[in-house]
Amino acid sequence: MEKFTTLTGIVGPLDRANADTDQIIPKQFLKRIERTGFGQFLFFDWRFLDDGKTENPEFELNQPQYKGATILLAGKNFGCGSSREHAPWALEDYGFRSIIAPSYADIFYNNCFKNGMLPIVLPEETVKELMTKAQTEPGYQMTIDLPTQTITDSDGLKLSFEVDAFRKHCLLNGLDDIGLTLQHEPDITTYENKRPSWKTGAAQPVAA
Amino acid sequence: MAKTMFEKIWEAHVVREAEGQTLLYIDLHLVHEVTSPQAFEGLRLTGRKVRRPDLTVATMDHNVPTTSRLLPIADPISRLQMDTLSENCKEFGVTLYDLHNKKQGIVHVIGPEQGLTQPGMTIVCGDSHTSTHGAFGSLAFGIGTSEVEHVLATQTLPQTRPKTMEIRVDGQLGPGVTAKDVILAIIGKIGTDGATGYAVEYTGEVIRSLSMEGRMTICNMSIEAGARAGMIAPDAKTFEYVKGRPFAPQGADWDAAIAEWSALPTDEGAAFDTLVTLHADDIAPYVSWGTSPGMVAPITANVPAPEDIEDEADRKATERALEYMGLTARTPLTELMLDKVFIGSCTNGRIEDLRAAAAVAKGHKVSDRVHAMVVPGSYIVKMQAEAEGLDVVFKEAGFDWREAGCSMCLAMNPDILQPGERCASTSNRNFEGRQGKGGRTHLVSPQMAAAAAIAGRLVDIRDWDKE
Ligand code: SF4
Repeated sequence: MEKFTTLTGIVGPLDRANADTDQIIPKQFLKRIERTGFGQFLFFDWRFLDDGKTENPEFELNQPQYKGATILLAGKNFGCGSSREHAPWALEDYGFRSIIAPSYADIFYNNCFKNGMLPIVLPEETVKELMTKAQTEPGYQMTIDLPTQTITDSDGLKLSFEVDAFRKHCLLNGLDDIGLTLQHEPDITTYENKRPSWKTGAAQPVAA
Repeated sequence: MAKTMFEKIWEAHVVREAEGQTLLYIDLHLVHEVTSPQAFEGLRLTGRKVRRPDLTVATMDHNVPTTSRLLPIADPISRLQMDTLSENCKEFGVTLYDLHNKKQGIVHVIGPEQGLTQPGMTIVCGDSHTSTHGAFGSLAFGIGTSEVEHVLATQTLPQTRPKTMEIRVDGQLGPGVTAKDVILAIIGKIGTDGATGYAVEYTGEVIRSLSMEGRMTICNMSIEAGARAGMIAPDAKTFEYVKGRPFAPQGADWDAAIAEWSALPTDEGAAFDTLVTLHADDIAPYVSWGTSPGMVAPITANVPAPEDIEDEADRKATERALEYMGLTARTPLTELMLDKVFIGSCTNGRIEDLRAAAAVAKGHKVSDRVHAMVVPGSYIVKMQAEAEGLDVVFKEAGFDWREAGCSMCLAMNPDILQPGERCASTSNRNFEGRQGKGGRTHLVSPQMAAAAAIAGRLVDIRDWDKE
């Protein structure tokens, strides 16, 4: 997994609440069996006109000043709906490394960390102010510093944010969760040995 | 100390705890074709194995066509995804119920049907509606593909402990009011993020009086309120349902299981972090009017008017939703004309749902303007329905009787809405484009869907007999 330490980049505003995973990546694109290449389908139904090719000029992120944005600023309950990890894959592949929103759906929030992305929670009021900045100052950029858990910009903005210590550690070091868990393999075996016998092979037919 | 059911199950599955994370043991891992290919690929790349194939079961549901199983699958990408699952299951030794297996069906229908789903278990699946299985008093939740890989490799999952919420529904449901209406009313009350960060336990007289199917409908839609999991304490009904199913414990094992399961319900006096209460008297048949499952109203209501809404964000969202849904403020919901009706999905695609819909449809004809589809949740549900003659009832009434699968719940297979088409659906999500780009979904119960198909518009099931 790619490490995340510091990120400076253009802020792309998406001023809508409850952007669900069906909007982030519509289901017709979930049939790929790879992890890559989903960026071209990000926000597909919003981003493109009915022909599926022409960019919709009214969609916020299509405006020239937000091209190349790496930080997504979004409304509350971002990523609600399905568990599809294709949503963070698409965001990451499009170029976003961090998201700022007042709240997220649980599964989506989890999925971000597994893909080297940092979802940041800030109070609704603060997000609103940042939204205005991103919408009115062309090319507005900010810097997110994970080690110190701060967000700054050239106007002297300074905000701090919370992040779970373990997740921070994994992001900073680009650690693979599975590798970490397997270091505790003996604990898993101990647990398994304690399970009552009628639970072993729960998915094996009892009688043929 | 008095404990909630959630706490009991959680604590019984702790492998280790460190740095605010709990490593939880997973008793059952359900796998399907859409969210697993990248996980198996990850295992291959790192040379890892599936730790417990005996605790893992796979099926195909999301992509499968609901036309005859004898026809080849027309969409090559769907076929590749299904073939990939077959190969992965073979390579890693995982049991698979494929398209041609008699146990095939929607993953959340077949788990309970096979008796795989049991009280007290931790159950995960790469699908957000895994919360369905909580109806048996298990801790069941949806996970992403990286987590699928994690569970395949380790049979565990690092988790942060959610808070607990009790949602109590007292009283007795009136005629025509179903489990679907109860959960829509709950989501309408607390909002689509009302339970984010919580494991919810549903309690109260209404919940206790529901059948297992009804309880599954409730738990299924927990995720639409943002909940990590939804659960209902097991009781005699639960045990009765599980008993004798293919994977249920037998003989002495059954007795041991019952002893363990009987100790699961929340202790008297145990504390939840939050309590929400509703009363059955306030729950009418519900229908969604907007583009999120929180945008619901009793069928007797009118389409809301944005100008009546004070909160700016809510007002904007309502405006957007009305525009997308092609609705005029203050139109009575019962005046909305329909083009399609979909009865099925992991929310309402079980035998009891089909029985309820058939009872309404019997002796009537589907409106000329409507194409109505019934898609059983599994092959076994389909067989059962056919044994009871429900297929004949549906067909005589002009419904399209299909093979099992997710179908138009997410329209990944060829069952899809055209732009602007309006559909009454027994599924769980009315997001923009969920059932097809530009398609307009109204979530309802199976009874309401059947009545709507016949009337050609949304109707109040309570007035049905009088029409
Ligand atoms: S029926 Fe719908 S919600 Fe249920 S698993 Fe299938 S696609 Fe998901």
